[in-house]
Amino acid sequence: MSALLQVNGLVKSYAGVHAVRGVSFSLNGGEILALIGPNGAGKSTCFNMLNGQIRPNAGSIKLAGEEIVGLPPRTVWRRGVGRTFQITATFSSMTVRENVQVALLSFHKRLRSALGYAGAAFLDEANKLLALVGMEAQAGRPCGELAYGDLKRLELAIALANAPRLLLMDEPTAGMAPKERVELMRLTAAIAREKGIGVLFTEHDMDVVFEHADTVMVLNRGELVARGTPQEVRRDPHVQAIYLGEGLLYDARHREESAQ
Amino acid sequence: MKLEVSGLNSFYGQAHILFDVDFAVGEGEVVALLGRNGAGKSTSFRSVVGLVGQRTGKVMFEGEDVSRLPTYDIVRRGLGYVPEDRRIFTELTVEENFVVGRQAPRSGVATWTPERIYELFPNLGEMRRRPGGHMSGGEQQMLTIGRTLMGNPSLVLLDEPSEGLAPKIVEQMADAIMAMKREGLSIIISEQNLHFAKLISDRAYIIEKGRIRFSGTMADLEANPEIRDAYLAV
Amino acid sequence: MEFLLVQALSGLASAASLFLVASGLSIIFGVMRIVNFAHGAFYMLGAYVAFTLTDRFAGPLGFWGGVLVASLVVAAVGALMEMVLLRRIYHAPELFQLLATFGVTLMVEDLVVLIWGSEDLMGPRAPGFTGAVSVFGRLVPSYDFLLIALGPLVLGLLWLLFHRTRWGVLVRAATQDREMVASLGVNQKWLFTSVFALGVFLAAFGGALQIPRTTVSHAMDLSIIVEVFVVVVIGGLGSVTGAFVAAILVSELNAFGILILPQISMITVFLVMAVVLVVRPYGLFGKPEGAPRAAAGISIRPWRPMTNLERSGVAAVVVVVALMPLFAGDYTLSVGSEILVYVLFAASLHFLMTVGGLSSFGHAAYFGLGAYGAALLVKYFGAPMEAALVIGPVLGLVGAVLFGWFCVRLSGVYFAMLTLAFAQITWSVAFQWVEVTGGDNGILGIWPSSWASTPQGFFWLALAIVVVCVAALRMLVFSPFGFGLRAARDSALRSEAIGINGKSTQWIAFIVAGTFAGIAGALFAFLKGSVFPETLGIPTSVDGLVMVLLGGIETVSGAVVGAVVYKALAIWLMSKTELSKLVLGGVIVLLVVAFPKGIVGFLEDLRHRRPKAPGGAGSEGAVDVAKVEAAR
Repeated sequence: MSALLQVNGLVKSYAGVHAVRGVSFSLNGGEILALIGPNGAGKSTCFNMLNGQIRPNAGSIKLAGEEIVGLPPRTVWRRGVGRTFQITATFSSMTVRENVQVALLSFHKRLRSALGYAGAAFLDEANKLLALVGMEAQAGRPCGELAYGDLKRLELAIALANAPRLLLMDEPTAGMAPKERVELMRLTAAIAREKGIGVLFTEHDMDVVFEHADTVMVLNRGELVARGTPQEVRRDPHVQAIYLGEGLLYDARHREESAQ
Repeated sequence: MKLEVSGLNSFYGQAHILFDVDFAVGEGEVVALLGRNGAGKSTSFRSVVGLVGQRTGKVMFEGEDVSRLPTYDIVRRGLGYVPEDRRIFTELTVEENFVVGRQAPRSGVATWTPERIYELFPNLGEMRRRPGGHMSGGEQQMLTIGRTLMGNPSLVLLDEPSEGLAPKIVEQMADAIMAMKREGLSIIISEQNLHFAKLISDRAYIIEKGRIRFSGTMADLEANPEIRDAYLAV
Repeated sequence: MEFLLVQALSGLASAASLFLVASGLSIIFGVMRIVNFAHGAFYMLGAYVAFTLTDRFAGPLGFWGGVLVASLVVAAVGALMEMVLLRRIYHAPELFQLLATFGVTLMVEDLVVLIWGSEDLMGPRAPGFTGAVSVFGRLVPSYDFLLIALGPLVLGLLWLLFHRTRWGVLVRAATQDREMVASLGVNQKWLFTSVFALGVFLAAFGGALQIPRTTVSHAMDLSIIVEVFVVVVIGGLGSVTGAFVAAILVSELNAFGILILPQISMITVFLVMAVVLVVRPYGLFGKPEGAPRAAAGISIRPWRPMTNLERSGVAAVVVVVALMPLFAGDYTLSVGSEILVYVLFAASLHFLMTVGGLSSFGHAAYFGLGAYGAALLVKYFGAPMEAALVIGPVLGLVGAVLFGWFCVRLSGVYFAMLTLAFAQITWSVAFQWVEVTGGDNGILGIWPSSWASTPQGFFWLALAIVVVCVAALRMLVFSPFGFGLRAARDSALRSEAIGINGKSTQWIAFIVAGTFAGIAGALFAFLKGSVFPETLGIPTSVDGLVMVLLGGIETVSGAVVGAVVYKALAIWLMSKTELSKLVLGGVIVLLVVAFPKGIVGFLEDLRHRRPKAPGGAGSEGAVDVAKVEAAR
């Protein structure tokens, strides 16, 4: 079986500075893959290349065997790639439900229509997606007044509106309380496993990474320097030196495990 | 007390954000204000330095009521503020960022020069002419702290200094904060990362939905896991 | 060859004043994010005050001292305006500041006439620079050489000021993040006042230096401000070097354009600007704007379609208005028809601005194109009114298709400036293509069909068209297309990531807005029986902006209220006073200070201020602070 996502030799440089140099990896449906690394290692650049926001200098990105390099974000989305952002990007002048409805209207190619009340379109589908992420109770609230954790869940619902095959999540739990982090990632994992969606995420919270990722990749200075199970990566002395440090800052449980 | 905040109520438009918030920082103390995102940590800090237009309550700094003063005046009295999201001046070089923060020396308080800040953060010393926009997140966080130190503060409000940083950089940040403490600075940090707070703080407050729910030493907090679980959602 | 050199020198000399004014505008915009429309007025004031001073005190000291003192006096006036007016509206949307400064411009225009009279004034020559220098046998005023040297000198001084003084570093820091500068102990209020004073000083200095070259007149302000906008946009907002290069470019284009293409001399500059903006959307030396303050139109309160009760209310109002011809006089009705036309014009601009988040400074272009479309059909094809009303607006549509394609590539202030440029191009064509448009004399004799030729008949016609069009626009807001447009406005990043082609959506919105403006324009032609280039002019565009902002930019229907209030007020004031600009400008300034959210926004705030149900406090506390701040 060929991988859902196959990335080969991805390169990007800005004004002569190599941000990403030859990144290759693959990801299967239902797999949860974490991309970690120091600030400025090129994680965001990688992400932005995957969803078409940045055009790589070289390399190939195949989604289920089809090349998607060079396509604009909206086309990449139509091929089945959902995305959440590090700093949440939602439509702040709309209600929670309307946010999802816009995504659904777009998915069903109805956004050119000048007739009818959009607030009544795809109500059931929108409610279902909101229920999936546990936001149905807040569906009618203005999106601008949501708490941060709820915005993140709304982003997930929007990202799921096109029934994606691949989900890209840039620091999905940044700024959330520990329990909220766990809940969001559990939810994501459950949805991904059930629907066979591949998930790639970046994260600085090692508790989240070691708990929820099937596989962890480490990016440093634009190159992948390690890939393996959470346990393998945690014990990698090189990764500890460049990124993890002495491990004072994640849960003691993991620290003990890695000491074993 | 270095800083004493009492009965703080803050609003954004019609939204009531802080409800009778009280907290204090003693001379030379490192205090943590813990809480989740949206709990009111940043608003507390912004209220103290006068960046929230609508607020009531009292802010006493070194025995003087500063709650009616404009931001620049509060800061000039030696109350340094490091905002979340770093907010460095990306077009300005490291040195120029320091120029913006520079204030006259203050008696009884450590006086900072760029050279001394380079000792605290050696990375910065290697990029004095580099524009802030061409620095990594960790370097920017160091710069934003250094810039505030240039004002020779006696108290520093540090808003989420560990947010979005690699674990290794966060450890460096903890070392730097301990070094600042050794210089005699009083420090209050807002944090979600309990591990980080434990490394550096003497005391802690927990804020939740705009109200202070807990106040005590780090040992007290350690001894009461139910409080931690209830308000920090660990 | 020599002739070309002399022409180039003359262009360089003109560039000096242009650079001074433009650099002032650029510096002010960079730090304060205010597009200071009054900059041209300060330029004019500089010239007038310098005229008075140099007239009174002769000799080299009198002249140069007079120029300097005049600039300082005007800078002080500017500082006063910053303290009294602008400080009150820093938190209002950017466009409001533009509006307030436009109000000040209007006031200054009347005040200048009051103080110095309406005749052009001739200033003294500069002592020591009264002669001319022979260049290849041609005479070039020696004063021109002084100006040519002055440009680079001022550029150098400004560079030193911004890079070698702490004040300069603070200003550059404030350009990026004002609140952070205050958080580092800098008194940002005085920093702003000093920056504004410096910017105004440069403008006034530029004006004062003009008195030996040109006459001083009360129309100097508008003629320079458009050129200065162009310079600043080509050079890149906030860049002094950019202003310098662009000032030379524009001045040389003017100097040579008049030789090569005298027919379209005005257009060349705007074409260059359009090309620059399409190739480099932030100007030659500009940098992409950081995350802009929340785009126009974003409200934290989501829009709702009207309830049945509200619909009945609107229907009742329409019925009452429709009954007006039964009891109102002819004059009232023709005023009413004019107001109706402007309601549609404002509603079309409002759609573009608030739903699309695109603030056009040149919406008059499509209004005027519709008017000219109808007028040309009548004049050259003898079309009846009915046909002209249908086909005329197509010209507005075509203009919007063409110009919109370029404009939607930009955003924010740059979008505004490019729309302004295209409007000026259209105006130039109408003004200069005399064979077809009649130029300044306009096209006359555009009368309605007999059934609509009475004030009553035309009022009903206008009402019917306007009601249908406004209703259609409102339906569009809540349609799937309207949702997609709002999505593109709220978050370009997110909308692109859910498959929305933001640019093409905005382009369609631009065309829709242009077409509806064209319909209003065609009606306007038949209302007035004539069309003149002013229909396409800057004042018409600004009128539209005032109406939209006055009504409220965060509302769905504010434009209707804004248009009625503003147009009625303007017509009434015109009839009551000689100093209509002074009064109108004053009213605009007062309204901006009193209703920073517009009239309808103000009323909605009142309605929502009612106490909430108990128990709501908990959820209020959870309001995401970052979000609220971002929306401020």
